[in-house]
Amino acid sequence: MTALIPLPIAIPLLAAAISVIVGRSRQAQRVIGLVALASTTAISIALLIGADRDGILVAQSGGWPAPIGISLVVDRLSGIMLVTSALMLLAVLIFAIGQGGVERQHVAFHPMYLVLASGVAASLTTGDLFNLFVAFEMMLAASYVLITMGGRADQVRSGMTYVVISLVASTFFIVVLALVYTATGTVNFADLAGRIPQLPQGTQVMFAVALLVVFGIKAGLFPLFFWLPDSYPTAPGPVTAIFAGLLTKVGVYAIIRTQTLLFPAEAQLGTLLLVVASLTMAVGVFGAIAQDDMKRILSFHIVSQIGYMIFALGLFTVAGLAAAVFYTFNNIILKTSLLLVTGLVERRGGSSRLSEVGGLVRGAPLLGLMFALPALSLAGLPPFGGFVAKFAVFDAGVQSSEWVVVGVAAFVSLLTLYSMTKIWAGAFWGDPDDRPRQRPDTSDTLGGPALMMASTAAVVVIGVAVMIFARPLYSLSERAAEDLLEPIRYVSAVMGGRP
Amino acid sequence: MSVLVAFVAAVLVGCGTWLLLQRRLSRIIIGVGLLGHAGNMLLMVSGGRRGTAPLIGTGDPAGFSDPLPQALALTAIVITFGITLFLLALGFRSWQLTNDDVVEDDVEDRFIARQQRVDRDIADEILAEAAQAAEEDRR
Amino acid sequence: MKRLLVVDTSVRVVFHSILVLSLYFLFAGHNQPGGGFVGGLTAGAAISFRYVAGGVAEVRRAFPLRPWTIMGGGLLIGVLTAILPILSGNALLEHAAWEADIAILGTVKATSALPFDIGVYLVVLGLILMMFEAFGDDEAIDEAVGASVRGDALEADSVVSDLFELEQIRELQLRRSRRDQL
Repeated sequence: MTALIPLPIAIPLLAAAISVIVGRSRQAQRVIGLVALASTTAISIALLIGADRDGILVAQSGGWPAPIGISLVVDRLSGIMLVTSALMLLAVLIFAIGQGGVERQHVAFHPMYLVLASGVAASLTTGDLFNLFVAFEMMLAASYVLITMGGRADQVRSGMTYVVISLVASTFFIVVLALVYTATGTVNFADLAGRIPQLPQGTQVMFAVALLVVFGIKAGLFPLFFWLPDSYPTAPGPVTAIFAGLLTKVGVYAIIRTQTLLFPAEAQLGTLLLVVASLTMAVGVFGAIAQDDMKRILSFHIVSQIGYMIFALGLFTVAGLAAAVFYTFNNIILKTSLLLVTGLVERRGGSSRLSEVGGLVRGAPLLGLMFALPALSLAGLPPFGGFVAKFAVFDAGVQSSEWVVVGVAAFVSLLTLYSMTKIWAGAFWGDPDDRPRQRPDTSDTLGGPALMMASTAAVVVIGVAVMIFARPLYSLSERAAEDLLEPIRYVSAVMGGRP
Repeated sequence: MSVLVAFVAAVLVGCGTWLLLQRRLSRIIIGVGLLGHAGNMLLMVSGGRRGTAPLIGTGDPAGFSDPLPQALALTAIVITFGITLFLLALGFRSWQLTNDDVVEDDVEDRFIARQQRVDRDIADEILAEAAQAAEEDRR
Repeated sequence: MKRLLVVDTSVRVVFHSILVLSLYFLFAGHNQPGGGFVGGLTAGAAISFRYVAGGVAEVRRAFPLRPWTIMGGGLLIGVLTAILPILSGNALLEHAAWEADIAILGTVKATSALPFDIGVYLVVLGLILMMFEAFGDDEAIDEAVGASVRGDALEADSVVSDLFELEQIRELQLRRSRRDQL
């Protein structure tokens, strides 16, 4: 089983290399990409089952024991995130193949997409702070190329902001790494978990805040989210979907991992996290209400949703962390499906601007259904998966008597519902504008090409499956949360019994 | 020694931040480069004591400096190298498209802000009309 | 492009020596300063000499393989070295070393880090070739740069817009008109 751990990183990277070499044949690139991501998905599922059954799985790369070599670790949280991300990456790749567009025009699309997949897997499995930096850079370098693919003027403009912001965050990460290494002499998570509690408390809190800032830029926390709604919408459709669904949540994963594992209870940032979470929720949803473009509304919602995850994390209870885990993977699925539907709307209506499209529900009722299911779930209406997630968050908040934040969260979810109905009324009801940006493509009877529709439907169905299997999935999240609150399990698994 | 390095890092961060706040991408790239150097300087200091080059077979291992921060700095340098290259390409593309490499505002954001203003103007107009109507009624 | 005799001749002398130096760095890298990245950068320096002498055409003559192929091949070698140990039941990136007595060279020690370094070398080499391929060969742009340096904005503008495809021009106009509105 432990031999499987490096494969979600290695297989996409190997596939990327082959994909570069066979660059002239798009057909070969497609086959390689699909095979690589399908096998990654299978391996991730095997790893999750293994981690749930046998406890934390560890592989030491190079055969060096823990604090010296780089450890790769899969616990329940990593396993859940690995499976969700692999499924989404596969579905979005199929969508991109169905759409053509950048996928057909650019040699670099498939290699870069696979490098992104590899970087995401590396971020999720690494047990080492510096290796986390490298994995983030892999993921980001691929995302820079994907976000500007096409080279249009607006992409170049927003790409500049995105790259510079990410670079500044990375530089800050290096500075934090240097400080952590100076203070503790190690960058291995398990080793750090033992050494950070020995530092003066001020230093511990400083490290916790610094790491929160580093990952907060990537996750889009208030007040570090400003780059996000500007840069994501200009990327090609499928790329926006995978970025919106996945990249920010990898940042959230890093926040959950570092805040729970590395710092002892007295250095945890409970109150700070709760304040930041409330502001993130509120500011994100207010931003969303003002927008006119579907992609931008949904991008602001990413920010708002991140707030819920951080709120649940900030409670530092089993119920809170279980809610955070459940909310995170549910949100990855919902956001990906909503942005895939937006891609279809853009194709069908000629624009993703609410003032320019309209009346889609008459010509393409299936599109309307595929938007409505995840949208209602995102807004937290029963009986969808989003309701279970939100209810878990509220319940955890009430248990810890954080009434103010629960109130903000409830208010924000009303506004979420409002902006979802705004999209519905603007895009699916009413009349289409007579001059959208591109010519609408209404040739397909279903609402879009079969491959795009099928992959979107698959993601929507996965979202519905979360609702149906909410019970076992929630208890899995609970087991993951218990692991997170007992860092000693992680440490002893990685260090092999030594403290 | 480490005070000197820390001082150099501080100067680099200062210059880098100033350049980063400019509007031209070419200056921002240099600024990011300086910030990266500052980070790498800090990584070098984080190894602790000074020592000889940590090459096996060249001396007594007890006198070696800590090789790990050097490896980390090298990795960071390689990554910055690649991404700076990408930023230069982006600046070049921007120059191709607009004859300039200025980082511009978010057009959509300005558009939304203007939209709001228009809405408010209309609202003001409606209010003024209503007030006028009320005035006429009273008369 | 105008070729200069002095540059041409000296590059011809220097180019191969620098390439040999880059290979030395590549093979010395395991226990001494050097390695794939440093070697690749040195090879990149050699390539840039060729570029200075004769433009992209000269670079293509020096390395007839496409940069994509070189880069992909390097990445392939690197990743394969990393995962082959897993197939034989060891850990990722597990290290192996062999020693052999070869005539003339004496005892040669080879480690499995060497193919990894070769992979890195090829990736860096491919990256640098790609850079020259992407930015080094655009006579129209050279012309535009010349014009904008001369301060002739109008001429530069017309040359640049010749480069655009129709769609891009339209987008630029759209953006400008929107900016004017604001």
